[in-house]
Amino acid sequence: MPKLPAPPLPKALQPKPKRPGDDNGKTDYPLPVEAGVSVVDWLDERTALSPGLRWLMWRKVPRGINWAYTLGSATLFAFLSQAVTGVFLAMYYRPDAASGAYESIRNINDNVFLGQFVHGMHKWGASVMIILIFLHMGRVFLYGAYKYPRELTWVIGVVLVILTLAMGFTGYLLPFDQRAYWASVVGININAGGPFIGPFLSNFLLGGADFGATTLSRFYAIHMLLIPGLMAALIGFHLYLVTKLGISAPPWLKPEPDDPDIPPAEAEV
Amino acid sequence: MPDRRRETKSKYTADRNIPGAFEGETVTRRRFMNLAANGAGAVAVAAFTLPALGFAIAPIFKRQEWEWQAVGRPVDFPANTYMTKVINITPGIGEAGNTIAYIRARDPKIDTEPEDQYNHFVALSSRCMHLGCPVRYVSAAERFICPCHGGVYDFRGMVAGGPPVRPLDRFYTRLNQETGLVEIGPRYSVNNELVRFSPRFPGEPVDGIGQYLYPAQFDTAGKP
Repeated sequence: MPKLPAPPLPKALQPKPKRPGDDNGKTDYPLPVEAGVSVVDWLDERTALSPGLRWLMWRKVPRGINWAYTLGSATLFAFLSQAVTGVFLAMYYRPDAASGAYESIRNINDNVFLGQFVHGMHKWGASVMIILIFLHMGRVFLYGAYKYPRELTWVIGVVLVILTLAMGFTGYLLPFDQRAYWASVVGININAGGPFIGPFLSNFLLGGADFGATTLSRFYAIHMLLIPGLMAALIGFHLYLVTKLGISAPPWLKPEPDDPDIPPAEAEV
Repeated sequence: MPDRRRETKSKYTADRNIPGAFEGETVTRRRFMNLAANGAGAVAVAAFTLPALGFAIAPIFKRQEWEWQAVGRPVDFPANTYMTKVINITPGIGEAGNTIAYIRARDPKIDTEPEDQYNHFVALSSRCMHLGCPVRYVSAAERFICPCHGGVYDFRGMVAGGPPVRPLDRFYTRLNQETGLVEIGPRYSVNNELVRFSPRFPGEPVDGIGQYLYPAQFDTAGKP
């Protein structure tokens, strides 16, 4: 398989040609300003990560792209925000249905420094993420960006939408107030309406025939361990495919054969 | 008819000119090593995933435990209105494990289902049979009304309007002869003829095809 040339470094990072007379200031010892470069070189010599990073970060994008193309990144940052705030909320939260869950949320909101803010970011960020992911999905759909060769990216994206909704469902129970409890009861009963396997799925979610002692910890484990791990892995694969396949051009953009920026067809691999 | 287009290969590695083949050998050592290593990996993965999976789904198969709970003397329960009693259906989780039972004495004039030792007192569950919100008994209207989506049940707990798919669930009741108290047992579901079924989730009809679409669960409490 022929090796493709690495994408070019941006101008700012390309080594500058020496100016005449520069040799005068030459030193034999490393300058402090070169320490950062040395550290990066040391890492890169051992990991060879920089070609991959360059491949990921400095890609060519089609002309004519617009702000709608940022919705995927926006969803990614909403996910990162949920992950970070969620990890820190877990430091104060106690998934104890008998006593503790509701009280620990009260404690986060009322006593912990910035607790209400972090809790609020997580709570409202959940809605933001669901809005953004559907806008992103709508953009991909309306621009026809799901078509060949990006079908697998679309399928993974749909799985991510479903997992995001599952995150919303399992997270809704955790504050364990009246609204959380009854919304979850109703949601589990809607789920039980599926013929044959619906009741078994609901029993799995409840951890028994009725809302019981382990239901809350089950939801908590699904919400903060099971689904986030799956989502992180799938997001990684989604991003790999986006980078590998490139970003689709807007549908209204027609190819211009005379455009000097578009290489002739035989140059494509 | 055998496929003659394909050239038949000998099953012996020696006949296929594989270097280092033994006499009568059909699987090369390299291939055997590959299978053994991958198989060992699969066994190791299964050794922790299968128990973990069983651990997670075990509650589906564990039968719910219950005990008779005394709710009052027989004279506490008239036949013409419901008394509200708080009972516990899930121990160990405080308030969240409690539910309400609406209890009255059986009235042979309106309760047409056959009488047995478990329905001298009629105990209705407050769980709405649409999606499980708690219904409230409105004595002036003699109706049970659900606040969520407008389900209405008549005095016997039969659906009188709205989205519920079956009458309100009931509890087994009995009169304890030793203590003289009315006691409440496990919950059961009923169809529109008030035939008893093992407990189902709300929203699952048990008339006609519904009883097959929503089969009995392994983990619900058994008959008393």
